[in-house]
Amino acid sequence: MTDFKHVSFALLAVDQVRKRYFARAGFLSTPKPVDAVVDVSFTVARGETLGIVGESGCGKSTTGRLALGLETPDGGNVRFDGEPLPQQGSPAWRAMRRRIQLVFQDPLAALDRRLPVTAQIRESLDIHAIGEPKARDERVLSLLTSVGLTKDHASRYPHELSGGQRQRVVIARALATGPDLLVCDEPVAALDVSIQAQVVNLLMDLQAELGLAMIFISHDLKVVRQVSHRVAVMYLGTIVEEADADVIFKDPRHPYTQALVASSPTPRQKMKAPLLLTGEPPDPAARPSGCPFHPRCPKVIDMCRTVTPTARQITPHHSLACHLTEPAMLEAMAP
Amino acid sequence: MTMPLFDIENLNIAFSGRTVVHDVGLTLERGEALGVVGESGCGKSVTFLASLGLLPGKAKATGRVRLAGEDILNVPAAALERIRGRRIAMIFQDPSSALNPVLRIGYQLGEALQLHRGLTGQAARQEAKRLLDDVGIPDAANRLNAYPHEMSGGQNQRVMIAMALAGEPDMLIADEPTTALDATVQAQILSLIDAIRRDRGMSVVLVSHDLGAVASVCERVAVMYAGRIVEMNTTEAIFDHPRHPYTRGLLSALPELTGPKRRLVPIRGSVPEPWNLPQGCAFQARCDGATTRCHQSLPELVPIDHSSQRVACHHPLPGAVMDDRYVA
Repeated sequence: MTDFKHVSFALLAVDQVRKRYFARAGFLSTPKPVDAVVDVSFTVARGETLGIVGESGCGKSTTGRLALGLETPDGGNVRFDGEPLPQQGSPAWRAMRRRIQLVFQDPLAALDRRLPVTAQIRESLDIHAIGEPKARDERVLSLLTSVGLTKDHASRYPHELSGGQRQRVVIARALATGPDLLVCDEPVAALDVSIQAQVVNLLMDLQAELGLAMIFISHDLKVVRQVSHRVAVMYLGTIVEEADADVIFKDPRHPYTQALVASSPTPRQKMKAPLLLTGEPPDPAARPSGCPFHPRCPKVIDMCRTVTPTARQITPHHSLACHLTEPAMLEAMAP
Repeated sequence: MTMPLFDIENLNIAFSGRTVVHDVGLTLERGEALGVVGESGCGKSVTFLASLGLLPGKAKATGRVRLAGEDILNVPAAALERIRGRRIAMIFQDPSSALNPVLRIGYQLGEALQLHRGLTGQAARQEAKRLLDDVGIPDAANRLNAYPHEMSGGQNQRVMIAMALAGEPDMLIADEPTTALDATVQAQILSLIDAIRRDRGMSVVLVSHDLGAVASVCERVAVMYAGRIVEMNTTEAIFDHPRHPYTRGLLSALPELTGPKRRLVPIRGSVPEPWNLPQGCAFQARCDGATTRCHQSLPELVPIDHSSQRVACHHPLPGAVMDDRYVA
């Protein structure tokens, strides 16, 4: 029997996308190419959450922007509900945008300080002409209720709300258009622990209730495991490992995932010092040859310096890009 | 009994007449690492900024802060200059804003060495190089000529630690030192702080919202809520058997990396504003076990069960009873 969750029709299919930016090192220098995302592929099904983790500069936010159609890929393609993403800015793109919504890290920056929160939620109903104009105010109130806010909050301005409440408003606004896909980029990173748990629970409840597909981008492994069905670990613009959320942190196979897990202490589990990585997160403007992780990898072999590993399935739900786990390599290392 | 290296007694801090830190008291022994945890606005950073006279003029601190028995709170600036950096050093969250962007790393380290140890010229340069080696910056001799923007966030934080070590202090206060850093770099910086402390017998105060970071470095933990210490104990005891409902709430709100997934239990509501504190316990509105007594009288931070554990709660949670997180 095949697992239907994984063969079911993907809502979002990202295939071998690349994104290259040009950055100047100094005022007069010629711009240098920076490969932010290199041949990234993944799918997200309806009702499924894909977590994307990685350190700053790994391309996780760019990947989210490519999925939203906010960036045009330089190679590869993004298909949403079976169709290629329309040209950015075109009417078709605008119509599609109501089906893909996003939630960012800083709710205060995402909200207009001079408008009460109801007006901001209603705006997206007006723009996309959703419902009868008269019924829209009611819809706004029911959206506020669905994210755990009350009528009292409706007339307030963003500065009159706490950080957690503001993020709820942003979520309510994202849900206003009845999206199929929600891209959340570090949605709880700016919140305190107790409030973070409220927002995490809310996102999980809404997803289960509305059958949303979700991409959850975060640097926090624990939060990502909590909300995601599957997790992709990114390093220097590529996905180095992808597996079910329960599997990937319990049995990480890529040396980088192993290092990330070892670097995430919990109150009852201290850091495992011997697994500490040396070196710094890499500079996307100076990609190493071969495996992008080889300069920091504790298990590096000669081949890693010259040959770029490609992602392979090691079980039906677990893929990774590492020479050390290739069958030939395992055979050669066997006693 | 020997004298603690550093102690705070009945510290109250008010901004423009509004008290934000209430009756804080704690001690730090030589070589000990103490974690101070709490959510934003709980007063954890302000407590230590006040201790070193680093708060703006509108802030008034009363109470006692002593370093090796000597009063250091509200003493003249000249006296503080002999303490700050020399005997107590402090590092902050954002290293790139703590360093001067237009001066080379070597110059900034040299400044600290001249000020605290009177070193100049070649001697200062040698010592600066040695400090950079100590904090794990590769190619230290050349990096002395680098500007902060030429180094990564993790390396800049290492430079800040090197600068803090320049005065050979007895005590390091690290205020959210890894919050702005990536996971793998955060782990490196925490283990660096731990190693330096062990090598030099230096005391460390780690102020952080990250319970995991505190557990990795500290032996003892103080939990702050709405300007007060609500619980204090050894790291293991406090995370294994929290006695204050707030401490347990913080732990239940944290997801785990392995083991069975469980629904997070958030603490309901939000922290009361400092000018809007209720009578009695500040946590009452968010607490499941609150009684009339909690609404009427403020619980004091007192030892319970004849142990080292101190809790400010009228109805502390049971001690060594397994909580439901363990039944899995």
